[in-house]
Amino acid sequence: MEALGLLLHGFAVLLTWKTLVLMMVGLVLGIFVGVLPGLGGPNGVAILLPLTFTMDPTSAIVMLSCIYWGALFGGAITSILFNIPGEAWSVATTFDGYPMAQQGRAAEALTAAFTSSFIGSLVAVLLITFLAPMISSFALKFGPPEFFAVYLLTFCSFVGLGREAKHKTVISMSLGLLLAGIGMDTVSGNLRMTFGSSELLRGINFLVAVIGLFGISEILLTMEERLALRGHAASISLRVVLGVWKDLPQYWGTLLRSSIIGCWLGITPGGAIAASFMGYNLAKRFAKDPESFGRGRIEGVFAPETAAHASGTSALLPMLALGIPGSGTAAILLGGLMVWGLNPGPLLFVEHKDFVWGLIASMYLGNVVGLVLVLTTVPIFASILRVPFAAVAPMIVVSCAIGAYAIQNAMFDIWLMLGFGVVGYVFKKIGIPLAPFTLALVLGNRAEDAFRLSMIGSGGTLKVFWSNGLVGSITTLAILLLFWPAIDALLGRAGLWRKSVTLG
Amino acid sequence: MSQTDLEIVVDDPTAPEDDSPSVVSSGTVEIVVCLLLLALAVMLGYDNWRTGASWDATGPEPGYFPFYLSIILGGGSLYGLIVALVAHRKAAETFVTRAQARRVMAVFVPTLLFCLATQFLGLYVASFLLIAGFMRLVGKIALWKSLLTAVLFTAIMFVTFDIAFDVIMPKGPLEAAFGH
Repeated sequence: MEALGLLLHGFAVLLTWKTLVLMMVGLVLGIFVGVLPGLGGPNGVAILLPLTFTMDPTSAIVMLSCIYWGALFGGAITSILFNIPGEAWSVATTFDGYPMAQQGRAAEALTAAFTSSFIGSLVAVLLITFLAPMISSFALKFGPPEFFAVYLLTFCSFVGLGREAKHKTVISMSLGLLLAGIGMDTVSGNLRMTFGSSELLRGINFLVAVIGLFGISEILLTMEERLALRGHAASISLRVVLGVWKDLPQYWGTLLRSSIIGCWLGITPGGAIAASFMGYNLAKRFAKDPESFGRGRIEGVFAPETAAHASGTSALLPMLALGIPGSGTAAILLGGLMVWGLNPGPLLFVEHKDFVWGLIASMYLGNVVGLVLVLTTVPIFASILRVPFAAVAPMIVVSCAIGAYAIQNAMFDIWLMLGFGVVGYVFKKIGIPLAPFTLALVLGNRAEDAFRLSMIGSGGTLKVFWSNGLVGSITTLAILLLFWPAIDALLGRAGLWRKSVTLG
Repeated sequence: MSQTDLEIVVDDPTAPEDDSPSVVSSGTVEIVVCLLLLALAVMLGYDNWRTGASWDATGPEPGYFPFYLSIILGGGSLYGLIVALVAHRKAAETFVTRAQARRVMAVFVPTLLFCLATQFLGLYVASFLLIAGFMRLVGKIALWKSLLTAVLFTAIMFVTFDIAFDVIMPKGPLEAAFGH
C-alpha cells in the first residue's frame, strides 16, 4: 500500500537525534501542562507555540503535537490521584478512577488510563494514516464552492449539535468571523473595520486571541476556586502494569466501542468532552451490572479515556486532509501551520510530504514514548502539584505574554491578549462557548475568500452552492444540521424517532 | 503497596469563603455583555456599510461578508438580551461572590501592572517584578524563595527565547545598559 511506504518515509524523517529530543521535550512539557491546574491542552500548545517559530515546520509540528499528547496523558493523572480533572475531557475518568485510588488501586487505575489512552490514539492514528490521504486526494477536486460548503457545514454543525444555548453559539461564531475580517481585505486590498488605527491594520492575530482566551482567562477562573487539594501518591510497578495488560483482552468490546465513538466525535466537531461522557455511559449501559460503575470499576476508566484520546487524535484528520480543525487544539495547530508558512488544505499531502508523514509517524512514536514516559514518571509529575499556585500563576502569565508578543513582535498584542483574557473569563462564566469563536477566527478569512471566489465565478448567484451533486449535498446537509434541533423535535413529535437512539 | 494514605496535601489558606455575598448576578452580566455586543455589531455594521456592503461588477464588495455577519451578531445579541431580561425576573444566579472577586483581582491587577511594566521596562524586568511580587505579596512565600524563583525563571526564559531560539522580546533600560 502506498500509505505504508509513505509512513516509513515519515519515520525516516523523524529518526534524527534532533527530532527525537524535541519529541521528548514536547512530551514532558505536555504532561507538565496537563497536570498543572489552570493550564490545559489548547493553552499549553498556544503558549509554547512561539518556541517553534524559528524551527523548520516538521520539527515544530512534532514538538507541538507531542505537547498535545503529553497534555492528554497528564489530564488523567490529576483526575485519578486528586479527583481534580486536569481537563474537561477527564471529568468522566474521575467517576471510577478516583474511587479506585481510594481503594489503594491508584497504580492500576493509572495504568488502565494510560493504556487505554494509547489504544484510543492508536486506533485514531491508523484511521488518519489510511483515510486522510484518500480524503485529501478527493478534496483536490474541490473548487471554492465546495470549500465554502465544507466550511459552512463545520459552522452549522457547531450551532446545530452543540450543547450550549443556540444563540450563544451564534454570537460566539459571528464574533469570531467578524474579528477575523479586521484589517486588510485579502481579495480587494481595502481596509476594513480598522477605524484608522495602525495597530488594527495587521488584523487580530488568532494565536494572540487564543492565548488570552484560554491562558489568561483560565488563570482568573482557577483563582476563583479553592486551590487546596489532597491526593494519593502512587508509583507504578511493572507487576501492576503487566497485570492490567493481561486482563486487557476481556475488555476489547469496551475499548473498540469507545474508540469508534471517539473517532466519530473527533472528526465531526463533537469533541473529546462529549466523547468521554458518551464512552462512559455506553460502557455502563452495556454492562451486566451497571450499578457497579462509579465505585471503582476498571472499565469506567477504560471507556472514557479511550474515547477522549481517540477523539483528540482524530480531530487532526480533517485538519490535515481539508484544513478544517476538529477541535480547539487542532485549530491552534492549524494557526501554527500558517505561521510556519504552510498552506493548510488538501495540497499539504502533495506539496509537503515530509511534513505530513513526519507528523503522522510522530503520532505513532509519540504515543509509544509517551506511554512509557508516563508509566515511569508518575510520582514526579504528581508532586508538581505541591508547587504553590502563587508561584505557578505569574509564570504562566509571563509565558502567555512572551507567546503573544513573539507572534508579530508587537506590544499591542500583549494588551490584546489581556483584553481577550477578560473576554474569555466573562464568556466562560455566562456560558458563551469559546470553541466556535476560535474556529471562526482561524477559518474566517478562508471561508470568506471561498465564498467570494465562488460568487465571482458564478456571476453572483447563490445557485452555485447547488450546482452539482457534491456541493449541493454538502450545502443541504449543512442547512439540515443548522436546524437539527427543530427537525429533531418535529420528528420526535411525529413519533418517527425512537427515544432510545438519543444517547449521552 | 500501601497507597491508601494521603500523601500529597496542599492547603489554600486564602481560599474564598463559600458564604461570601454576591457582587453581581449572571443575568446582569449577560445583559451588559449583550448590550456591548449589540453596540459592537452596530459599529462594525456601520463601518462595513460605509466600506461598501453591496454588489458591484466584480462581485461582492469588501464590506459585504462582514456586514451580514454584523447583522447576525446583532440579531444574536438582541435575542440574548431579551432572553436574559425575561430570565432576570426569576432566580438570580451569582456571577461572582465578593471573596472570589477579590481573588480574581489579586491576579488581574498584577497582570495589568505587568503589561504596563513590559511596555516601559522591557519584558524580563517586568517578569522578575511580577513573579517576585506575586509570590511574596499574594502567595505569602518567603522572600528569598520568591526572589530566587523570579531570577531563575526570568533567566531561563531569557536564555531560551532571546539566545537559544532567537525570539526577541521587548527590552528596557536595564538590558540597554548591558548592551542588548
